[in-house]
Amino acid sequence: MVVPVRHYGRMIFAVIVVLAVIGTVYSIATNPNFEWSVVAEFLFSPSILRGLGSTLVITIVSMAIAVVLAVVIAVMRISPSRIISSVAAFYVFVFRGIPLIVLLILLGNLGLFLKSITIGIPGTQVVLIDVPISEVITPFVASVAGLSLAGAAYMAEIVRSGLLAIGRGQREAAKALGLTSSRTLRFIVLPQALRVILPPMGNEFIGMLKASAIVSVIAGGDLLTVAQGIAGTNYRTIELLIVATIWYLLVIIVFSIGQYLLERRTAEK
Amino acid sequence: MSDRIPNPANDEAPDAARPMVHIQHVDKWYGNNQVLHDIDLAVEEGETVCLVGPSGSGKSTLLRCVNHLEEIGAGSVWVDGELVGYRLRNGRLHELREAEACRKRVEVGMVFQHFNLFPHMTVLENVSFAPITVKNENKAEARAYATSLLGRVGLAGREGSYPSQLSGGQQQRVAIARALAMRPKVMLFDEPTSALDPELVGEVLAVMKDLALTGGVTMLVVTHEMGFAREVGDRVVFMDAGRIVEQGPPAQVLGDPQHERTKAFLSAVLR
Repeated sequence: MVVPVRHYGRMIFAVIVVLAVIGTVYSIATNPNFEWSVVAEFLFSPSILRGLGSTLVITIVSMAIAVVLAVVIAVMRISPSRIISSVAAFYVFVFRGIPLIVLLILLGNLGLFLKSITIGIPGTQVVLIDVPISEVITPFVASVAGLSLAGAAYMAEIVRSGLLAIGRGQREAAKALGLTSSRTLRFIVLPQALRVILPPMGNEFIGMLKASAIVSVIAGGDLLTVAQGIAGTNYRTIELLIVATIWYLLVIIVFSIGQYLLERRTAEK
Repeated sequence: MSDRIPNPANDEAPDAARPMVHIQHVDKWYGNNQVLHDIDLAVEEGETVCLVGPSGSGKSTLLRCVNHLEEIGAGSVWVDGELVGYRLRNGRLHELREAEACRKRVEVGMVFQHFNLFPHMTVLENVSFAPITVKNENKAEARAYATSLLGRVGLAGREGSYPSQLSGGQQQRVAIARALAMRPKVMLFDEPTSALDPELVGEVLAVMKDLALTGGVTMLVVTHEMGFAREVGDRVVFMDAGRIVEQGPPAQVLGDPQHERTKAFLSAVLR
C-alpha cells in the first residue's frame, strides 16, 4: 500500500476559500438592501431585452467590421511598400492609443466640428455625396464605428502575428505551384493562420462585448444605457447593474461554448 | 533589371534542338555579394542533371532561378524556349507582372528540402489543389489524376491522410506527386532527401529514379546523394563559389574529376 503525501496547507486553504465564497454569497443573498425581487422584475423586462438586443447587434456588427478591417490592416502592415506599411502602423498607433471612451465621445459629437460629409472629384465642382453629419452619425453608428475602429487596431496585430507564424516555405510552395500572392493568402496562409488567430480573437470578442457598455456615454441604446435609464427613474441602481451583469455573463458563457467548438474544429490536423 | 543583354543569337531559339532549360550568362548578387558568376547550363528534354557541390556554392540559388523564385541579376533563363520571369523588349529584360510570372511558373515543378506540404489539407487536396485552382481543371478529373499520381509514388490509399500523419519520406513523395500534378515540363528538386531520416532516403530516391528512367521527366536535381547522381544522373554539374567548375557524365565527374576543388569535395563527401 502506498500512502500519498497529505497536503495539509492545501486543505486548510481550500476550506478558507470555500468559507469565504459561502459568506459572500450569503451576505449578498440576505442583504436587505438588495431587492432581488427588483432584479427578477427587470431581468426579462422588454426594455432590458431590447437593450440586450442592441448590445448584441453593436458587438456583432462591430466585431465583423473589425475583423475585416484587421485583416486589411495586417496585410498592409506586411506589405513590401514602405508607405503602405507605415500607414497601417500609424493606424494601429492612433486607434490603439486613444482611450475608447474618448474615441466614442469624439465620434458621438462629430457633428460639432464636421457639418457634412462631402465626397466630390477634387479640382472640379462635381459633388457625388453631400449629407449632413447628424443624419449619418446616429449614436448607433458612432458606437459601431468607435468599437470597430479601436477593435481593428488590436486585432490587426493579432492577425499579423498569425500571418507571420506561417513559414516562408508555405508561401514558396504556393508560389512554385503558380499561385498569385492573393490566392496564397486566401487558400494557404489565412486558413493556417486562423488556428493561431482564433483564441486571442475570442478574447477580443469578449472584450468587445464588455467595451460595448462604454457606448452608454453617447446613449448608444445598449444594455447598460437602458439599465441606467431605468435606474434613473426608480433609483434601483445596484439591482439594475446586477440585471446587466447577469446578461453580460450569460452571453459570455454562450459565446465561450461557441468558441470552444470552433477551436476544436480548426485544431491541428 | 539586367544590364547585360542575352546573346541576340539565342533570343528566339526556335529550333527543334533547343534545350528544355537554357541558362545563359546568369549572374546574381545578394547586395554586394555575387553568388552566381556567369552561369551557362543547358538541360535537354528528358535529361536528368544533378547539381552537386559544397553548401553555399550557389546550386540551390541557381535552381530557384529556373522558376523565378529568385530574381537574376543578369543573363537569362529559358524554359522550353520561353524566358522565365522576364520579357525581352528593345533588347532589355522587363520583369513580368505577378500573374504572368505565375502562369509561367506552372510549367516548372519544384520539390523542396522541407517538403512544404500544406498541413491544413489532406494528401489528395495537396495534390489536386493547384490544378483545380490555378489551371481550372475539372475537379473530378484533377482528383482522379492526383489519385493515380499518389499510386505512382507508392501512396495509394493515403488520400485522406493529413501530412502530419505521414513519415518524412511519405511527405516528400506527396510533394513530388503535387509537383507532377501540374504536368510540368521540368521538375526541380532542391535537396529532396537532406531533411529525411537515413532509412527514408531510399524510398524517395526510388521514386525519383522511376521518374527519370521510365517517366522521361526532365529533371534538375540539387543533391548530396552521390550514389543517386552516379546511377540516375545523365550529367553531373559540380559547382563551387557560384561557378560551374566542371560537368560531364557522372562516371567522369565523380570517378575522374579534373579540378582540385572537385577532387577535394568528393574526397570529403565520399570519405
